[in-house]
Amino acid sequence: MTDTLATPTALIHASGLTKRFGAFTAVDAVDFDVAPGEAFGFLGPNGAGKTSTMRMIGTVSPLTAGTLRVFGLDAAHDGARIRARIGVVPQADTLDSELSVLENLLVYGRYFDLSWAEARRRAIELLDFVQLSERAGDKVEPLSGGMKRRLVIARALINEPSLLLLDEPTTGLDPQARHLVWDRLYRLKARGVTLVLTTHYMDEAEQLCDRLVVMDKAHIVAEGSPRSLIERYVTREVLELRFREVEGNPGEGDYLDGRLDGLAERIEQLPDRLLVYTADGEAAAAAAYERGLRPSSVLVRRSSLEDVFLRLTGRSLVE
Amino acid sequence: MMSALAPVSRQSLRWLEHDLLVFRRTWHSYLLSGLTQPFLYLVAMGIGLGVYVNRNGSLPGGVPYLDYVAPALLVTQAMIAAAGEAAWPIMSKIMWDKTYQAALNTPIGALDLLFGDLMWIALRATLLSVLFLAIIVLLGAAASPLVVLAVPVAVLTALAFAAPIMAFTATQEGDAGFNALFRFGITPLFLFSGTFFPIEKLPLFLQPLAWVTPLYHGVSLSRSLSLGQVEPVGTAVHLAVLVAFLAAGLYAGRITFRRRLEV
Repeated sequence: MTDTLATPTALIHASGLTKRFGAFTAVDAVDFDVAPGEAFGFLGPNGAGKTSTMRMIGTVSPLTAGTLRVFGLDAAHDGARIRARIGVVPQADTLDSELSVLENLLVYGRYFDLSWAEARRRAIELLDFVQLSERAGDKVEPLSGGMKRRLVIARALINEPSLLLLDEPTTGLDPQARHLVWDRLYRLKARGVTLVLTTHYMDEAEQLCDRLVVMDKAHIVAEGSPRSLIERYVTREVLELRFREVEGNPGEGDYLDGRLDGLAERIEQLPDRLLVYTADGEAAAAAAYERGLRPSSVLVRRSSLEDVFLRLTGRSLVE
Repeated sequence: MMSALAPVSRQSLRWLEHDLLVFRRTWHSYLLSGLTQPFLYLVAMGIGLGVYVNRNGSLPGGVPYLDYVAPALLVTQAMIAAAGEAAWPIMSKIMWDKTYQAALNTPIGALDLLFGDLMWIALRATLLSVLFLAIIVLLGAAASPLVVLAVPVAVLTALAFAAPIMAFTATQEGDAGFNALFRFGITPLFLFSGTFFPIEKLPLFLQPLAWVTPLYHGVSLSRSLSLGQVEPVGTAVHLAVLVAFLAAGLYAGRITFRRRLEV
């Protein structure tokens, strides 16, 4: 799987990458490569090993086994040199509540050995980039969740990194705040910054990622572009059927399954609805109706990454 | 490994700089709280209680009680402040504010944070001690100009406490342990390490305990300097004990900081 990509030009190269905490294996011998300029995603439910993988790439967490090279440097030995060239947006904001918005950026720039003047120049530019200029002198605490996230992204850019690691960059943000963050990430990508992000939002992965891996229980279970994953693992369309009778009556599902035989490549039963995977959703809906099914609601939609995930793990991602 | 050999790395200075930037906002309240208590002790014990002690003439060499207690308080105030700084604020940087986590995503490493914050504690101990020294001189409570050397002694004593406590802090999951540490460690030491009365007045079985605590040595050293009664052997022993505690604390801190922050 990695043969074609394991070239010297890979920005990140991981093989057999493993992280164990005592007896618990968080990441179990995963292989992946990230090319320069790519937007690469780790998709998976909580506890799948995404954050552990990100922390190893960021060289804040030592690997238990395997090899990991970032910019061609060995993560196990060149941590400080690697960290000097990457930007990190951690899951928790970790802003300094005792400093102002501007000072948070200045002091962070100093950690990268920027002069005060240079740190200030970049900080002012970055506050403008994340639309926080007018809050420069404010304390951090009164900022909204979306503003804090944007400040953390600005902070991660102070060293002008060529690689940006984002761990669940929009978790907990309202839709407007998410779109603003996405917009800034697009712009960074357009400038050639390599983005590596984790998410458990399907739409985020589809929006941002050129290529992604699906992680589950410490393993990588699939790899590809969002489109290719959808083509490989699910049908073009999904027919969603809701039945009042199904609610609280799991036995009913099997009965329905039988009546839908031959209509679909695969049927996924969720607590509140049936997902019928088929090339032509409208035709399947009509056929189901002919066979006497009377769903309370019918929806035909294009398949999404969420369907891929259901296919791969047999359960819903957003729990 | 490099930072172990050269604790004062450029990165540890960067972290010290961060602490200074935060201090720009908080220095007034810090000085106020850091100096009020020892000053009250100085007035209450040295001047108030001192009247009665002096009347009995029970201190060796007829030393006024204020002169006896002031150089000791110089050391204990630095020690108590440093002990506190090695506990709660470090815990916050690890667990509550997580400012360590943010810094660890930059070229700064776990040991840079340890040494940077230890330097910062040393700087604040210097600041408090210089101010306290000024008060002592103003009150005319120092017999010898050697009293200025009590400042580095106070700083060394502060570090002899701060380093092991920082190492301990990195093993904690909350601040419950600190309450026990202060109630059963720091406060008894403050009272029974020869600050207010010679440890010879302690029950015999308690005296060896005072000898092995760093505070007793810091207090004795500071007092001998202030009274101009320095003796080489005693001085060497006192310094050796203080340095040993600092070294042991650094050694433990290097282990616990890495274990806590590099996971």
